[in-house]
Amino acid sequence: MSATPHRPGGGPVGEDRPVVEAVDITKRFGSTLALSGAGIMVRPGETHALVGRNGAGKSTLVSILTGLQAADGGAVAFDGRPAPPLADRDAWRQRVACVYQKSTIIPTLTVAENLFLNRHARSRSGLIRWSSLRREAEQLLAAWSVEVDVRQPASTLSVEQRQFVEIARALSFGARFIILDEPTAQLDAAGIHRLFTRIRDLRAHGVTFLFISHHLQEIYELCDRVTVFRDARHIVTAPVAELSRQALVAAMTGEDVTMPEAGRRPLTSDAPVLLSVRDLVTSSGAELSMEARAGEVVGIAGGGGSGKVEVAEAMVGLARPAGGTVTLAGRVLRPGSVPDALAAGVGLVPQDRHREGLVPSLSIAENVTMTVPDRVGRYGLISPARRDALARDTIADLTIKAAGPQVPVSELSGGNQQKVVMGRALANDPQLLVLITPTAGVDVRSKQTLLGVVEDVRRRGAAVLVISDELDDLRNCDRVLVMFQGRVVGEMAHGWSDNDLVAAMEGVDLHHV
Amino acid sequence: MSETLSTGKASAPVPPPTRPPSRHLALARLRDLALVPAIIAVAIVGWIISPVFLSTDNIVNVLQSMSEIAILVLAQTIVLITGKMDLSLESTFGLAPGIAAWLVIDPALTRGLGLGLLPDAWAVPVVLLVGALVGAFNGLLIVRFGLNGFIVTLGMLIILRGLLTGISGGQTFFALPGSMTYLGSTSWFGIPASIWVSLLLFAVGIVVLGHTRAGRALYAIGGNADAARAAGIRTDRVLWIALIVASVLAALAGLLISGRLAAVPAAQGDGAIFQVFAAAVIGGVSLNGGKGSVFGAFTGVLLLFMIINVLTLAGVPAQWTNFLNGAVILVALVVSRITGGKAQT
Repeated sequence: MSATPHRPGGGPVGEDRPVVEAVDITKRFGSTLALSGAGIMVRPGETHALVGRNGAGKSTLVSILTGLQAADGGAVAFDGRPAPPLADRDAWRQRVACVYQKSTIIPTLTVAENLFLNRHARSRSGLIRWSSLRREAEQLLAAWSVEVDVRQPASTLSVEQRQFVEIARALSFGARFIILDEPTAQLDAAGIHRLFTRIRDLRAHGVTFLFISHHLQEIYELCDRVTVFRDARHIVTAPVAELSRQALVAAMTGEDVTMPEAGRRPLTSDAPVLLSVRDLVTSSGAELSMEARAGEVVGIAGGGGSGKVEVAEAMVGLARPAGGTVTLAGRVLRPGSVPDALAAGVGLVPQDRHREGLVPSLSIAENVTMTVPDRVGRYGLISPARRDALARDTIADLTIKAAGPQVPVSELSGGNQQKVVMGRALANDPQLLVLITPTAGVDVRSKQTLLGVVEDVRRRGAAVLVISDELDDLRNCDRVLVMFQGRVVGEMAHGWSDNDLVAAMEGVDLHHV
Repeated sequence: MSETLSTGKASAPVPPPTRPPSRHLALARLRDLALVPAIIAVAIVGWIISPVFLSTDNIVNVLQSMSEIAILVLAQTIVLITGKMDLSLESTFGLAPGIAAWLVIDPALTRGLGLGLLPDAWAVPVVLLVGALVGAFNGLLIVRFGLNGFIVTLGMLIILRGLLTGISGGQTFFALPGSMTYLGSTSWFGIPASIWVSLLLFAVGIVVLGHTRAGRALYAIGGNADAARAAGIRTDRVLWIALIVASVLAALAGLLISGRLAAVPAAQGDGAIFQVFAAAVIGGVSLNGGKGSVFGAFTGVLLLFMIINVLTLAGVPAQWTNFLNGAVILVALVVSRITGGKAQT
């Protein structure tokens, strides 16, 4: 695919009024400012990219543009007319549709019924005419050349087919402006190619797209103009052809609040190899081979869909790998077994603390000691006193703000919840600490504490793996492995530049453009 | 929507996405009939054990004995498809005719059991009204206040059973008015009316759940409530109506059995809910919502009652009935798992 520059606004619809224009949008969630005077303007017929790092405000803007949330300030207009009231779902659906990463399809119903849910074809007696419903669904999908059997249950659709079906459904409501929220994140290269072909096709028929992606390469391949958000603000909007890769990465990165570097002790070159991963292949096809020495901090960086989380989960037993071995201090870990990984001395901070990290209704003490029942009691009984003592240590070590070990985790803030997860990972004095996106959704102060732990752990002679796309998480690593589409594509020594790392994560090589 | 926008040329560069084999589709559509082989097998076994099994009299007997429970299964199926469950149906089954009898029957005739407040003609409307009120109250707690449906209806099951025991003093209402006994005891075209009523209700259920927007809304809500709301379905209202309809059906089923027995015992329906759940799940209705059909539920009840009938004909002693009822449920589940080929959830 060559990155042919399209003339901006050169689509078949030659109107000047923007398809959507959002001006001076402000949105607050509690104390955090999600959008601060940000805006966007999308011209008819163009494919417009929206990029920004995590937390830049992209998803908040999408929910405001699709009428799921009201902005605290500012105005949204479609075709020059003010947006309909939030309650009027039909009016919104005629103007804009969004294909989210999360499916809005009902898996138990057929594709045909999903397309015409609550607007089934009916005979004069009020009964649904399944035959004409199926015919209409077939016509609709054929009109947009989506090749899917409409009689199959939606649960059997692939991610790609599901996206096509959702796009076709959006178009059938009359919307000609479609937001695609990271549509390529779950697709393989061939699927991405088909999706892009489909998007170009629809664009030729006057459909306007707002395309959200973490992969800059895709934006150069597909889009006409690009808008960059950073830290809840609009940074720049420019034709893709006029914005160099360096300029785009710089706009996304900006000047980050840099973390104070803890007194780094250089890694002694004779430290023994502690962790050795050989030809690990995940069920999704991502591959990794690596070694880490005692006292070494290794980062694994990559965007969504790069496979970094999958390889880490396969390493610690959360997912069963398709192949390969993981050896920790001479002991080969049993594939797909968390208890074996724990016994070998693996401490884990999982990706999603709400799903895998915590039992929110239980106390801090119970959560922290969950992985180490034998340390807080004997013969299967648990001693509350010892458990609370252990938890009090954790609370003090990690400066968790809580009244005591009996406080339910659900009452803590996000940062303090994450500290509890970290405390649990540290409870068995791990030889290998694996942190998957350890500072996601965490405030700056907690971030410092959490990353400070890494330094303590490495001093004790353990190895640490940091799996993240946050630059701050990776700054203290001795080296960073960069993954892209399931493969390690590069390795960067300590002291890398932000632009180089971001570019490598997006699959762009800045030095060979 | 497609008059100016059809794109024939576009398909050329797009390799067709892989389709699941069409065999899978055919199987999916046959899932409704999954129990038919099992029903035939039980019929053959029954005929071998006792040739009486396939006689008209015995078939009518099976259909009549299952007609009231079958209506409860229909009611539960409606609720299960929306992803909720209603345990209180078994108590509504006893309470609705109980209250009607209490208000209508003459205390002089029944040693002070009833109140005799309302004329006989009110009996049937009161039965249905009690059902509707119970359903509306369930809906108030589950839909409006967002309480857990399982616990709400468990509480209602106990309350309603206690209410019936309270008003009847634990005794059996008898000397019911003719309007209450008519449906349960009369015959149309030589077949008991309760069979006609239950078959008719199932036919209506098949049409409504399979062929109306309201019926499909039940599936959408059970499958993915957020997506249903996004499609413009008023999920709260639909849930509420489903709960009311289910309770009214339970009241009607109670009326049928009271008519058949010409009495309303205080324990009417006690424990029936387990059989109801079993029949629905055997018939392929998912406890997680969104899956299952009215026809499947019907085959579930039919299979359950045929097996019970075969055991009776085989001369199994009455003391073993409960043991066998439980065993039948498990065996029927296993049979439907084997013939249906898909894990029950």
